[in-house]
Amino acid sequence: MNLYTSLFPHGWQHYLLGGVLIGTGVSLLFLFTGRIGGMSTLFSSTWSFAVQRPFFQQARFVDSRNWRLVYALGMILGAMVWWLGWAGGAPQTTTVPAWQLAVGGFFVGYGARLGNGCTSGHGICGLGSLRWPSLMAVLTFMATAFLTANLAAKWLA
Amino acid sequence: MRAARGLATLLAGALFGFGLALSTMIRPEVVLGFLQFSDLGLMLVMGGAVLVVVLAYKLAPRLLSKPLLGDSFHAHPSAWNRDTAVGSALFGVGWGLCGVCPGPAIASLGTGNWSLLWALGGIALGALVQGLRANGGVLWTEPRA
Repeated sequence: MNLYTSLFPHGWQHYLLGGVLIGTGVSLLFLFTGRIGGMSTLFSSTWSFAVQRPFFQQARFVDSRNWRLVYALGMILGAMVWWLGWAGGAPQTTTVPAWQLAVGGFFVGYGARLGNGCTSGHGICGLGSLRWPSLMAVLTFMATAFLTANLAAKWLA
Repeated sequence: MRAARGLATLLAGALFGFGLALSTMIRPEVVLGFLQFSDLGLMLVMGGAVLVVVLAYKLAPRLLSKPLLGDSFHAHPSAWNRDTAVGSALFGVGWGLCGVCPGPAIASLGTGNWSLLWALGGIALGALVQGLRANGGVLWTEPRA
């Protein structure tokens, strides 16, 4: 086994091409509408339809909630095109237990909104804007994610 | 104009979702494998995406006075403060536990992976609790001594 297959046991082309397509989507959104296409804000802006508290009624959520839902719908459709056209429509499953998905998801949602960005907001849009606060955010969540994933693999296996 | 803008937003989202699916980032196992250093492919996903976006964010405002279908180019709002630090650290803990971040949680709805609804529900609940605890929220009030 050489270095290449040990670093990328499943090949590298689909990773790079997928990344370029993700970047192209975020770029098109900017080119056509001027908007910054991070995903996590959707989870606050959509609550503004249902929760009347001042936090959720801020203009940055209320004014962007419609296009963010359209953007999310596009993501679902795009993934569906891949699923039906490239994966044969075979049901996708995961071996990660439900409790781990739910508890992990809770921290993902809480943390991304408190920190004002996630892998796409700070990672792609923030680094794409060459913003150093986003670089700090990315380094922080990569560090805690590496730590958590390795400890979880050790203790929960 | 409005319809065209909606269509452009839909198309941009579709490319994003297709890319997430093609790169297998919508599979929690792949993300967790990356975080355990068994496959570094996700660095190529992130690197490829960032490279394209750097070019777009730099070039578009230089070549155009405004977006093709919009009024102005927005800037990414980020500041390094306590909330960003604590929030990012907690986000990483959650991501390392479940292998799902907000984009893939949405995109996976298009691939029939219904188990990931657990993660989607968790993310929505976490975002709700964050908003309720933030200024103006009254879910928990500090007890007065």
